Amino acid sequence: MKITVKLFAFLRQGRFKIRDCDFPEGTTVGEVLDCLSISRDYMKIGIIMINGRHGVFESVLQPGDVLAIFPPAAGG
Amino acid sequence: MENGLSKLLIKKAVGDILPWSEQAALVQETGLPLREIEAVALRLGIVPERYQRNLGAITSAEQLKLFHAKAAVIGCGGLGGYVIEELARLGLGEIRVWDGDVFEATNLNRQLLAEIPTIGKSKVQSAAARVEAINPAVRLTGYPYPFRGPEDASLLKGVALVIDALDNIPDRLCLAQVCRELQIPMIHGAVDGWYGQVIIQFPEERTIEQIYGHVEARQDESVSKPSVLGFVPAVIASLEVAQALKVILGRDDLRRGQLLAIDLLSMDIDTLDIGS
Repeated sequence: MKITVKLFAFLRQGRFKIRDCDFPEGTTVGEVLDCLSISRDYMKIGIIMINGRHGVFESVLQPGDVLAIFPPAAGG
Repeated sequence: MENGLSKLLIKKAVGDILPWSEQAALVQETGLPLREIEAVALRLGIVPERYQRNLGAITSAEQLKLFHAKAAVIGCGGLGGYVIEELARLGLGEIRVWDGDVFEATNLNRQLLAEIPTIGKSKVQSAAARVEAINPAVRLTGYPYPFRGPEDASLLKGVALVIDALDNIPDRLCLAQVCRELQIPMIHGAVDGWYGQVIIQFPEERTIEQIYGHVEARQDESVSKPSVLGFVPAVIASLEVAQALKVILGRDDLRRGQLLAIDLLSMDIDTLDIGS
């Protein structure tokens, strides 16, 4: 299935900004992170949005989903 | 007294502008505080010279509205320093600020109020001194301790909005909760490295909880001291202030329900719809 992955801030470095990716049916957000070598530990406090709604590692993606991944921004 | 002052102001105004020298002289002549002179002038449609270059972008009636507005700024560090500076220069009437920290040398790369002489000094006191130096018509109330959540809710009474200049996620979630209970809009900003983000949240919305809701208390300690380049808080704070001004003046185009993600390395500004 095709899903669109959008990366933000320094997650783009060495990866991409936006890409249509092919994943097997039933792929979870966590598996996409693993595939992109983005640490799950780190993303515990990052922002994961699926079609504009909060997602978790266990969220199962559906064909056509837009997955946006932000690293944590907490500074002020 | 006000009648006499009105006559003086009308006499000293050049067109609809009150020259700064005349405003300062009126303080000496009348013994009235600058703030009071400004209040009467703005009511008469006479705009102090310091706001002359605001006019056009906003009206003199809006300048008066700003004068009567109150806002809270939670944090006087990277974001807060710029936010306070810009609000004071705009002419926002009353600013309430919180911060329990003192300046450290590591703040010098990005915090407007951090100077060599202010190292070791209270951030709140430095904010008060800065506002007094640039616009003494603005009333600043400083609380030299971290925002205490519900315990400080009563101190937010009457504010039109709250600007988040905090440095961690749990405190932001707590602030969002307090703002919701008080029915006050909150403007969120956060920075990291070359990047920053801005969200405006009205009481009926849950945008901030949508992005941060999964973060448990103190879970973010690992990123409590991120790298931040000095121009990033300047940009993000300015966006927060622009949003604040529009809320106070009742302007549109607030991008409610959206996350503005600013990437100053790639010069991308993305807006993401966040479902509630």
